[in-house]
Amino acid sequence: MKPPPFAYHSATSIPEAIQLLSKLENAKLLAGGQSLMAMLNLRYLHPENLVDINRIPELSGITIDQGRLRIGAMTRQQAIKASAEVKAAAPIFAETLAYVGHRQTRNRGTIGGSLCHLDPAAELPALALLHDAMVTVAGPRGERKIEMAAFIVDYMTTAVQADELVTLIEFPLWRAGHGYGFAEFARRHGDFAIAAVACLMESDSEGRMTRVAISVAGVAATAIRLTAAEAALIGKVAGPEAFAAAAACCADIAAVGDVHGSAEYRKKVAAVMLRRALTDAQSRMAKNG
Amino acid sequence: MTVGASVTRIEDPPLVTGAARFVADLNFARQLHMRVVRAQQAHGKIVSIDAAEALALPGVVAVWTAADISELPPIDFREGPIPELAVFRQPVLAKERVRYVGEPVAVVFADSDYVAEDAADLILVEIDELPVLLDAAAAPAAFPGAASSEATVITQGYGDVDAVFATAPHIVALDLSVGRHTGVPLETRGAIGVYDAARDVLQLHGAAKVPHKNREALARLFGRSLQAMHLFEYHVGGGFGVRGEIYPEDILVCLAAMRLGRPVKWIEDRREHLMATNHSRQQRHQIRAAVDGEGRILAMDDNFFHDQGAYLRTHGVRVPHMTAGILPGPYRIPAYRATARVRLTNKTPCATYRGPGRYESTFVRERLIDAVAMQLGLDPVEVRRRNMITSAEMPYDRPLQALGEEISYDSGDYAGLMDKVLAKAGWPAMKAETARRRAAGEMVGVGIAMFVEKAGLGPTDGVKIAVEPGGHVEVITGGASVGQGFETVIAQICAGALGVDYQKVRVVHGQTNRIEHGIGAHASRATVMTGSATHVGALKVRAKALAAAAKLLQKTPDELDIVAGVIVQRGNPAGPSISLGDIAKRLGPGSKLLEPGQNPGLAEEGWFNVDHQVYPYGMHIAQVRVDGATGGVHIERYVAAFDIGRAVNPMLVEGQIVGSFTQGLGGALLEEFRYSETGEPLAVTFADYLLPSLHDVPQVEVQLYEDAPSPRNPLGIKGGGESGITGVGAALAAAVDDALQRPGAITELPITPQRLKDILNAAT
Repeated sequence: MKPPPFAYHSATSIPEAIQLLSKLENAKLLAGGQSLMAMLNLRYLHPENLVDINRIPELSGITIDQGRLRIGAMTRQQAIKASAEVKAAAPIFAETLAYVGHRQTRNRGTIGGSLCHLDPAAELPALALLHDAMVTVAGPRGERKIEMAAFIVDYMTTAVQADELVTLIEFPLWRAGHGYGFAEFARRHGDFAIAAVACLMESDSEGRMTRVAISVAGVAATAIRLTAAEAALIGKVAGPEAFAAAAACCADIAAVGDVHGSAEYRKKVAAVMLRRALTDAQSRMAKNG
Repeated sequence: MTVGASVTRIEDPPLVTGAARFVADLNFARQLHMRVVRAQQAHGKIVSIDAAEALALPGVVAVWTAADISELPPIDFREGPIPELAVFRQPVLAKERVRYVGEPVAVVFADSDYVAEDAADLILVEIDELPVLLDAAAAPAAFPGAASSEATVITQGYGDVDAVFATAPHIVALDLSVGRHTGVPLETRGAIGVYDAARDVLQLHGAAKVPHKNREALARLFGRSLQAMHLFEYHVGGGFGVRGEIYPEDILVCLAAMRLGRPVKWIEDRREHLMATNHSRQQRHQIRAAVDGEGRILAMDDNFFHDQGAYLRTHGVRVPHMTAGILPGPYRIPAYRATARVRLTNKTPCATYRGPGRYESTFVRERLIDAVAMQLGLDPVEVRRRNMITSAEMPYDRPLQALGEEISYDSGDYAGLMDKVLAKAGWPAMKAETARRRAAGEMVGVGIAMFVEKAGLGPTDGVKIAVEPGGHVEVITGGASVGQGFETVIAQICAGALGVDYQKVRVVHGQTNRIEHGIGAHASRATVMTGSATHVGALKVRAKALAAAAKLLQKTPDELDIVAGVIVQRGNPAGPSISLGDIAKRLGPGSKLLEPGQNPGLAEEGWFNVDHQVYPYGMHIAQVRVDGATGGVHIERYVAAFDIGRAVNPMLVEGQIVGSFTQGLGGALLEEFRYSETGEPLAVTFADYLLPSLHDVPQVEVQLYEDAPSPRNPLGIKGGGESGITGVGAALAAAVDDALQRPGAITELPITPQRLKDILNAAT
C-alpha cells in the first residue's frame, strides 16, 4: 500500500493550476485527498503527476447573494456543515453533510473533490443535482459553466476535461420556509449509502405541492434526479398517499448492486428512504411556513 | 490482596505515550524490504513468471519464485506431522498451481518498501485458469495427490444415535450457516529476519502468540539447533488467533536474511491482511435433535461442511475437530454424533479465530434448542433448564475430544447461572415490555444463548522468578502478550504470592533467548497456565526468602510474613525486619546463608502441570429492534454474563468480554468475506469488510461471576479471553427471530440487512 511513483506539483493560483494541467501528462488534481490518496495507495490509479490545489486561497469560501449559494470548490465539507449562513438558507446541507464520511474526513474532504470523484453513493453530487447547481470550470480556453445534470456524464465520469478544474459550485436557493428532507441507509454510519434520498418541497396554502425536487444516491451508477416521482407529486396534497405513489417510481431506477446490497434491494430501500425524506420535508414545511 | 483487584495495567505507559515499539517501528542497518507477489486468480496453473523488468529496476536485489526455494517443504502443522493430511499443506511459494487469490507466487527484495512494491507490479505472472470451487457443501473436486478436495472427514460421538432417532417422539432438524470472517488486528502482521553470521544465530523479530512453538518449527525447517534460532516479540496490536502463526512470509524473511546477508523486513498491508492472513468460521451444519414430549434431547446428530479454503495451515484440522467436540455445550446429550467434512475451496485458508469452534457451534446448538422449544410449544428457557448438566454431576466427563484431550467439565452450575442472569437482567420485564411494544407496531425482541467455554490448555508451563538485590522482581515467562494485559495479570499473581507491590514486578514474555519453554498466548491459557506456574514459583521464592530470613531474625518461617517487599514478624510489624532485596543480596554466590546444595540467589522456577483444560461458562441476552423497511438491526441492550472461576483482574476480564463481544457482533451483523463467481474476493478493504465501529457497539452489561472456581489449579482460575464472542451470533439470531415473531427465521450469519429484508419479504 505504497503509491506508485508520481511527480508532485503545488499550484498557488488558478492560472498556475491550469498551466500545470495543460503542460503535464497524465496529471491528477489533489484536493482533500480523502479518496485519491487511498486509491493511490491501493494502486488503483497510476497518475504521473499530482497537482496540489490546496494552496489556492480563492478556491475556498462560501457566499450567499441574490438567492444563490456559492461555494468554492476547495471549501472543506466540515466548513459547509458548520456554516450558520448555509444552515439558515439551505438547512438540508448540514443535515446531509452529517452523512458524508466522518468528521475527520470532512475536515479535509472538499465539495469540489466530491463532485469530481463522483462516487455513485456520494451525497454531495446528489445535493448539487437536487438544486440544479451550476458548476464553474476553468481551463486554458477560459471559464465555462456546466449544469449539474450535464456535469454528470456516467459512472464516476464528469464533463470536466483533463486540463480543467472546478472552481465554484452555485446552488439556486429555494424560498424561505421550504420543506427539506434527507434520509440515508448505510451498513454503518459513514459508509457508502445503500440508498440515500434528498428532497426539497414547497406547497400552496392548501397543502398542495407546487414544487418538488428529489435526488437519489447509492442506487444507480450516478446520483440521479427522480423526475417521475417529482411529476407525480406536483399538485397533490402532501401526505402518505402521494408519497407512496412517488416511492413506487423507485422501482424504475436503473439500479446497480454490489456486495452490500443487490440492485433490487437498493430500489426497495430507496423507496423507504424517499417516503421518510418526503415525510420530513412535509413536516418541516408545515413548521416553517 | 492483589489477586482479584482491578489494578491499572503496568504495560500502558509506553502504549499511551507513543513509546511503544511494534515490529514496523523496528529497523536494522542495511535492511531489505520484501514484497509478496500474490495470485490474482483463484485457481490455475502457473505458465510463466517473468521478473526481468522487476530485476532491472534500480534498488531491486532479488526476486524469488518457487524454483528458488525448492529446498523448502510446505509449511508444517504446529503440533507435529499428520502424514495423511500432508498433501494439503501450503507451499511457501506456489509451485505448479495457485489455489486462491492472494496466494504468494513470488517475492521481491529491494532497498525500500516503495521500490519493492513498484517491482512487484512489474512481475508478469501468466496463469492458465482452472474451474473454481467455492462452496464446501458442493461436490468435492479433484486435488492433485489426493482422492479429492475433501481433505478428511472427522467423526466424534457416542451412543446409538440412529436407534434413538428411529424411535424418537419428535425430530427437530435445521440447516444453518456461519459466514466467513476473521480477526482483524489494528496492527497487521510483520516479520524481520536477521542473520547474525558472527554468532551463527538466526533471528525472527515480530513474533507473536506462540514464539517458542514457532522457534521449534523454524529450527526444524532450517536444520538449526534451538540455540541458533531465536524469536523476539515486541508490542503486538492484537492477535485474535490469526496473528503469530507461521505463514509463508515468516519463513521467507528468515531464509532471505541468511541467503542475502542482510536483514529482511516485511510489513503486511491491510489489503494483504484481508486476503492472506487466516480466515475462519465458515461452516454449514445440517443438524437434527431427537426429542421426547417434554423437550428433553435424546440424541443429536450433526453433519457439517467446513470450508477450509485453499490449504490446511499450521492448525491442521483443529477447528472442525473442536467444533465437533464442543458442540453439545451445557446440555446432557445421551447419544451424539458429529461428522465434519473438511473441504478445500479456492479461498483464503482458514484456521483459528478467537472462540474457534465455539462461536459456530454455539450458534448451531442454541438455534437448535430454540427450534425444539418452538416445535414443542415450550419456553426456550425451560427447554434449556430441562437439558442442562447439573452441578451435582460435576466433574462431567464426555467421551469427546477438544484440542487433543478428553472433555471433562471441571465445575459449574449452569442452571444456577441462568437463573441469576435472567433475574438480574429483569428477563420477565424484558419479555413483557418487548411484547407490549410489538403490539404497538414495533419489531423488537429478546433472545438468549448459553455456552460452555474451554480454556487453559495444558499440559505444562514454567516460569523463572528472581528477586534482585534492589528488591525488584523479574518473572521470565514463555508467555506472549497480544495486548490482553498479560504483564499485569502475571505481576499481580506473583505479587500476591510473594508479598510485593505488583508494580515492582517486571514480566518478560516472547523472548526465546530468556527461557527455554513457553506456551505463548492462545486458547485462553495464559492466565490459567502461566499464571498458575507463576503462583507456584512465587511461593517457592517466598519460602526460600522466609527460610533465610528466619535464620537472620532468629524466628521460624511461620512466624514471618512478607508485606510490600519486607519480611516482618507476624503480630509485630514494628519489630526487626529485613527487605526481600537484602535477602537476595545475602543469598548471593558463596553465602553462608545457603543451605547445602541450595543454588545461590533469591530465584526459583515454578512449574504447573494439568491433565485437563478448564471449562468456564456463560450466558448472553440480546434485545434488538429491527427496521422492517430496511432490514437493519439495532441492538438496544446486551448482557454478557460469565463465570470465570476467579478473576485475577476483573477490569481486564470485563475488557476482554466487551472486546470479544464487539468481534462477535461484527460476525453476526457486519463482517463477511464474500467472493465473486470466479473466486475473486469482494472484501479486501475496510470499505467492504465492515468492522463494527463505535457507533455500532452498544454498552455491554457485563455480569461477572466467580461461583464455580476450577479445582484444577491453585487459584481456581478459568480463563476469559473468548467468552464475550461465543454467544453473540446465537443470542442476536434469537432476538431477531423474536422481533419478527418468526421462530427459526435466522439460519445464517451474518444477518445482513439485505438477508433480513429478504426474510421479511418472504413472510408477507
